[in-house]
Amino acid sequence: VTMSLANFSPLALSLYPVGLTHFLLLGAVLLVCGVLAILTKRNAIGILMGVELILNAANINLVAFDHFANVAAGGAAIGQFGRHAPDGQIIALFVIVLAAAEAAVALAIFLNFYNNFASIDVERADELRG
Amino acid sequence: MMIHCLLNPTMPILPLAALGTVALSAGALSAILFYLVGGIAALSAVALVVSRNIVHTAVFLLFTLVSAAGIYFLLDAAFVAAVQMVIYVGGTLILIVFGVMLTARLPHEPPHESNVERGVAIAIGAVMLFALAMALVRSPLAQQPAPAETSTEVNHERPTIPTNSQSTPVWPGSRDATDYPVESIGRALLGDYLAPFELASVLLLLVMIGAAYLAKARRRGPEQITPQPVRQEAMS
Repeated sequence: VTMSLANFSPLALSLYPVGLTHFLLLGAVLLVCGVLAILTKRNAIGILMGVELILNAANINLVAFDHFANVAAGGAAIGQFGRHAPDGQIIALFVIVLAAAEAAVALAIFLNFYNNFASIDVERADELRG
Repeated sequence: MMIHCLLNPTMPILPLAALGTVALSAGALSAILFYLVGGIAALSAVALVVSRNIVHTAVFLLFTLVSAAGIYFLLDAAFVAAVQMVIYVGGTLILIVFGVMLTARLPHEPPHESNVERGVAIAIGAVMLFALAMALVRSPLAQQPAPAETSTEVNHERPTIPTNSQSTPVWPGSRDATDYPVESIGRALLGDYLAPFELASVLLLLVMIGAAYLAKARRRGPEQITPQPVRQEAMS
């Protein structure tokens, strides 16, 4: 498999007809930003924000796939009740709910950690073992 | 030519067309809106990573979440956008801001990351973004822009699904009095997705109990907070 460098031009994507790929690229940017936030932040709440970014990237992908799958089907994706079943949107709703739950538990843990250590630096969390 | 329009072509275009100054097709308008909202989302996400003040980080997260809601609006997912605004921006972000405020009094500020760590992180991010972008642009999904493939087969010879020439606004176009997107979401939630729906409610109850239990444990007065980290025996 020989791949020349010209194959790797991201400019092969045209700007104007905004399609599925553009939304997926936006999701990719948010995903990478979330991973970088998790990697670089030392504040535990900053890490939690990175997780939220990643979940939002996944949500954008889900909703975009839902929309464009429906477009591809000509708006005729028929669900159980004779209507389009917006599966991607429903999974996105579940992701939002689970993200809220996760944030609540994570913040409770961080508050406990802060009460005990007077810090939310994750580098100091290595004494939580045992 | 507009391959597809992301907006309801009747509603938001009419005031602009009445102005008479700019004649924008629905596709062009939605493209402009996409780049505007998506640009705000991406820039504020990058700023979230770069900023070192945790309060600024929270503000950038707010911008990102609101722009994500705008993206959902552009994708005809108004209900998801509303839920995003209500739960994410109104609930989760407020929770995070409260967390920032409650932990703001740090006796010793956490040290910033070193330049080496920054460099490694930037390298990882660049590689990840490049790989993802290449995979997306070169994927068969990107080859047919207008009707995106739903299957994962790499088959370029498949017959294109016939669509209306004047772009297919999916839900708003075929909407009548009995076919609302929110109604289909509700029917699916209480139909096909009933088990996850109930599981989510049980999980929310568990999370409420667990978070209340975790957060109330052994509160010390703020004057007793000392930097010494050896108090963990009382926990276990």
